[in-house]
Amino acid sequence: MSAPKTIYDKIWDAHVAHEADDGTCLLYIDRHLVHEVTSPQAFEGLRMSGRTVRAPEKTIAVPDHNVPTTLDRAKGIDNEESRIQVEALDKNAKEFGVHYYPVSDVRQGIVHIVGPEQGWTLPGMTVVCGDSHTATHGAFGALAHGIGTSEVEHVLATQTLIQKKSKNMKVEITGSLRPGVTAKDITMSVIGHTGTAGGTGYVIEYCGQAIEELSMEGRMTVCNMAIEGGARAGLIAPDQKTFDYVKGRPHAPKGADWDAALAYWKTLFTDEDAHFDLVVTLKGEDIAPSVTWGTSPEDVLPIDAVVPNPTDFEGGKVDAVTRSLEYMGLEAGQKLTDVEIDTVFIGSCTNGRIEDLRAAAAVLKGKKIKDGMRAMVVPGSGLVRAQAEEEGLAEIFKDAGFEWRMAGCSMCLAMNPDQLAPGERCAATSNRNFEGRQGRGGRTHLLSPAMAAAAAVTGKLTDIRSFS
Amino acid sequence: MEKFENVSGVAAPMPLINIDTDMIIPKQFLKTIKRSGLGVNLFDEMRYDDKGNEISDFVLNQTAYRDAEIIVAGDNFGCGSSREHAPWALKDFGIKVIISTSFADIFYNNSFKNGILPVVLPKEAVDVLMEDAQKGSNARITVDLENQTVSATDGTEFKFEVDPFKKECLMDGLDDIGLTMQKVKAIDTFETEYGKNMPWV
Ligand code: SF4
Repeated sequence: MSAPKTIYDKIWDAHVAHEADDGTCLLYIDRHLVHEVTSPQAFEGLRMSGRTVRAPEKTIAVPDHNVPTTLDRAKGIDNEESRIQVEALDKNAKEFGVHYYPVSDVRQGIVHIVGPEQGWTLPGMTVVCGDSHTATHGAFGALAHGIGTSEVEHVLATQTLIQKKSKNMKVEITGSLRPGVTAKDITMSVIGHTGTAGGTGYVIEYCGQAIEELSMEGRMTVCNMAIEGGARAGLIAPDQKTFDYVKGRPHAPKGADWDAALAYWKTLFTDEDAHFDLVVTLKGEDIAPSVTWGTSPEDVLPIDAVVPNPTDFEGGKVDAVTRSLEYMGLEAGQKLTDVEIDTVFIGSCTNGRIEDLRAAAAVLKGKKIKDGMRAMVVPGSGLVRAQAEEEGLAEIFKDAGFEWRMAGCSMCLAMNPDQLAPGERCAATSNRNFEGRQGRGGRTHLLSPAMAAAAAVTGKLTDIRSFS
Repeated sequence: MEKFENVSGVAAPMPLINIDTDMIIPKQFLKTIKRSGLGVNLFDEMRYDDKGNEISDFVLNQTAYRDAEIIVAGDNFGCGSSREHAPWALKDFGIKVIISTSFADIFYNNSFKNGILPVVLPKEAVDVLMEDAQKGSNARITVDLENQTVSATDGTEFKFEVDPFKKECLMDGLDDIGLTMQKVKAIDTFETEYGKNMPWV
């Protein structure tokens, strides 16, 4: 009998193509996702050294960060640099023969939404992308993480990554969530608990009843923010829900391959008594609808709390909190539900999937957003958008006063024209509240789609449990 | 890649914790398709006001630190995105070493790929070096990669750990891809076997 293993151990062991004496490994990569911001220098590097893409059939490219999300985007990109970057991806994808979903393709969207949607992401795989939120794909029981541009070039050329193994961390959410509490609240609460460096050096396995009870969309939301907790990756054991989600997707295995794959996927669980270097347990019932108040994702509190005082903290955090309260324009002791907002952004690879739009629409049905509020929904992909239109969600958003946009990253990082002006305050379903993230001087409060929708109606951060 | 040479120079103190990649290089500068030229925009939103004028109390705008080659930083430096533009900007500015109690994982890796050495030291050591750094050009910090030491101005030496493979790559200026290409046989063999076992991949 071999030693009991975690899922991470199993996936790792299945992908080591070479191990040096010092434990440095070449990890074989099954799927390489590529977007326009972190890849031009990598393709240029290949070209300069006369190298090719080793496995173009395992490489998938889609522009998302820079693309306009306005309805008239077929007319092209105004910003010259953005345009050049997207054109460079068009050219590189063609020249190197990788799978490609251009802006004009209805399947285009945020790379982390397109991958699972098209069945590229499968259990047991290694998935990388020059983007930190690659962790999203861990929801399928895949080992998925972000890499830098030099590593993008390395994977393009060799289909491997130079890696040392991380440690194992278990995050268990016991019991069930209370009404109004979502996957977003789980993942933010975990970061509030462990801090943004709490996961450094680890791969997290999320488990427990509350995780099992989540849909695949919810699981992707949880894994998406593993990186905000500092972890290399986050993953969840695949189960029937995973298999049902994958089955029938364009690039999912079929026929005999499906049967073989399924048999293998069913072995992807953590063995009893497998060793974890760190275990964090939260009770599902204790998790509240949450919101961030500061400029780090660890600055998170239940919505019924008050803005903390810098003196509540220790060490370097005292100065950091002082700085972030000033940046955010908040006073210690202020109730979070009194914080007025002027912008609402629903979208991103954290919360831009169909379930997220359903949750927001359910809150907005028959309501109007507050006068003067700027609110936008940016579906995570063209297919999510089409489905939302079919289900009548788009009408609900538009009737409420939301802008109904095309797919892309949009105001999650504001590389395209969707930006906050200095001092504007946004309730956002994305994943980062860093200074300037959504536009210089812009202020971001992270929360769930339902809470974002409620905030659009009331004009304030709102407790979804008392919203009607 | 250029070989990493030992550094002895002025260090810029940045005690703020969780300095993220959006601070190091804001997204408007990610639109380049080149690796070079990002140094002027390093820490852009902290360094310049809305009109593009230098903010005088930002550390890298102060005379003593304009040519800093080292940064001594608060905990968890480089958290956030995977953008390699962060080390590109640091490198382009002239930073060769960053010292902190901890670094975010992807940033840490990206630094090595660009000839920057991230040094992890315990809090007490970082505190001493931070104090040194605050003395401007009156203090010099010395970083010796071969012997894995950082020395404060008064000669106090701190030993640091670094992965032997990463150290070798940095010291010899080795190109990762070239190194991996030497193992292409192992990759071929793995790929064939793997393809047989998991044909759906
Ligand atoms: S939606 Fe935001 S976090 Fe996700 S890939 Fe795009 S920019 Fe990154």
